[in-house]
Amino acid sequence: MDFATFLIQTLNALQYGLLLFLVASGLTLVFGIMGIINLAHGSFYMIGAYLAFVLTSATGSLVLAIVLGIPLALLFGAFLEWALFSHLYKRDHLEQVLLTYGLILVFEELRSLLVGNDVHGVAIPAFLDASIRLTEVMSYPVYRLAISVVCIVLAVALYFVIQRTRLGMMIRAGNDDRTMVEALGININMIYRVVFALGVALAALAGMLAAPISSVFPNMGGQVLIISFVIVVIGGIGSVWGALVAALIVGFADTFGKVLLPEIAGMVVYLVMAVVLLWRPEGILKKG
Amino acid sequence: MQLNKHIIGVTALSLALGAAFGTARADDKVKVGLMLPATGTFAALGAAITNGFKQYVAENGGKLGGREVEYYTVDDESDPAKATENANKLIKRDKVDVVVGTVHSGVALAMAKVARDNKTLMIVPNAGADELTGPLCAPTLFRTSFTNWQPAYAMGKVAAQKGHKNVVTLTWKYAAGQQSVEGFKEAFEQAGGKVVKEMTLPFPNVEFQPFLTEIAALKPDAVYVFFAGAGAAKFVKDYAAAGLRSSIPLYGAGFLTDGTLEAMGDAGKGLLTTLHYADGLDNKKDAAFRLNYAKAYKLQPDVYAVQGYDAAQLYQAGLAAAGGDPTKQDAIIKGMEAAKIDSPRGAFTLSKAHNPVQDIYLRQAEGTQNKVVSTAIKALADPARGCKM
Repeated sequence: MDFATFLIQTLNALQYGLLLFLVASGLTLVFGIMGIINLAHGSFYMIGAYLAFVLTSATGSLVLAIVLGIPLALLFGAFLEWALFSHLYKRDHLEQVLLTYGLILVFEELRSLLVGNDVHGVAIPAFLDASIRLTEVMSYPVYRLAISVVCIVLAVALYFVIQRTRLGMMIRAGNDDRTMVEALGININMIYRVVFALGVALAALAGMLAAPISSVFPNMGGQVLIISFVIVVIGGIGSVWGALVAALIVGFADTFGKVLLPEIAGMVVYLVMAVVLLWRPEGILKKG
Repeated sequence: MQLNKHIIGVTALSLALGAAFGTARADDKVKVGLMLPATGTFAALGAAITNGFKQYVAENGGKLGGREVEYYTVDDESDPAKATENANKLIKRDKVDVVVGTVHSGVALAMAKVARDNKTLMIVPNAGADELTGPLCAPTLFRTSFTNWQPAYAMGKVAAQKGHKNVVTLTWKYAAGQQSVEGFKEAFEQAGGKVVKEMTLPFPNVEFQPFLTEIAALKPDAVYVFFAGAGAAKFVKDYAAAGLRSSIPLYGAGFLTDGTLEAMGDAGKGLLTTLHYADGLDNKKDAAFRLNYAKAYKLQPDVYAVQGYDAAQLYQAGLAAAGGDPTKQDAIIKGMEAAKIDSPRGAFTLSKAHNPVQDIYLRQAEGTQNKVVSTAIKALADPARGCKM
């Protein structure tokens, strides 16, 4: 590998890592901070991607689709929290697993009924549909770089909200001791509803942004679910920075694993996870 | 002991009835088991195969071998773990005369074992695993689709004819992809080319960027890939977005562009692939088939529908040779082996290993169609390595 190729691979790794953070960010909130095991996270990603497809077809613009899609996802998240998840906070994790697994099946079936089983593409917005020349044959699509920028902005915003605002403080306190927070006169139910809705919206946003690159297709959520959990666990449950660091580590492990260790490329990420957890069983950046 | 006598009596009676029905079967219906995916990623393929099969039966007056057809269906979910159990449902419980399936190669391999152990006739309407008509071939096992080797071998020849010398291959690390790359490499290297690097990524991973960077660094004359479905759409888009389309030609087995062109958009335009079926074939059978299919299902047929249609044709040929009696398996097998199938893809016969000896077309993507450019290889037979029959 010459130096130019190495640099491009590093860029690939960074960009992939940031994309993974985007995908895992919603899970960081819902699983990492609220403590709900949400297997339907991938479904929210899938719903986002299909929203992007349907709304882009209807409006002709991905940007407009995202502007419309985010409030829809927020409402949908708030509704699900009210109808289903709010009954589960005091129950055990197994029941959350059952509910969210059931939701995967329901959402996939609905997707099949409403949009069908075909693979669809979503067009990249014209103003981002360009590429930057890197070597004489290789270019880099501007859209991927734009996603990376969005990911960095989101990471900073999430960190700020969780660590530096009153809302973030209440969320963290609520996760530590719900009863005590309620006793202090804080409407914890409303806060959880907002956070859950945010988590769903983040997953949907990830799906919407990824749709032009990955296409939309049945069971697409399943592909991101496991890697999202890996990232939240490696990073340390509850830590936004941890998730970002973990996503970048996974991005590097995956990219260079594929190039340098093709025989075991499928395992590299999980080997890294095993090593990290042996070294720090609580994840890289354990909260507190 | 009264009770026991009673039970013996009932058993004897039911045995006698069974025997009576057994002989009565001679003018009974023919029992067709369809083990195909009805849910999951391959659901649409399962539906197309079923449609194709039933269309031939309808054209044949609703009958096969002069008898009414009774269908038994199982959704195989494309899950190899459930394949043995599902195949047993059709073969042991329903006692079908023929089992037709399936799309997923892993499932088909398990099915073939059950069918072989029970000496049940089996027709594979899609799964391309080389083994089915290679080391695992059997007198009772037939295929109306292709081997992974076939389209790939044809593409190897095409790539060499285009004057390419150094090619890089990329596929998922699973049997279909690896068999496809082997087929390509065989023809391409026989013709004097060289596969300089074989790259794989874990199935169904779709983060291709590291490989595109490798390809750009290696600068081969061309790239050969085996991908299907959403992964194919993503790969082709990524390849174009990385600017490689303009400098390094991309070739693939036909599955790259089957059902994925709409999702690829402009990135798919002009892609060259090889397969045993194409849009715009100049034959009357295909024109009639497409018209009837569109009328019956309000859908355009695809290669999967053709393979299902031909599975029914093939079985009909066997039954006709056996005087319509589904129990005369030896005669049916002889009839099927000798059949010349008038397929929408163009007529084909079967090899000794029971795989189609068929023309492989070179196709070019145009809009959402894969238009035929030429016949890459006429009457290509799979080498059936490992088949002792």
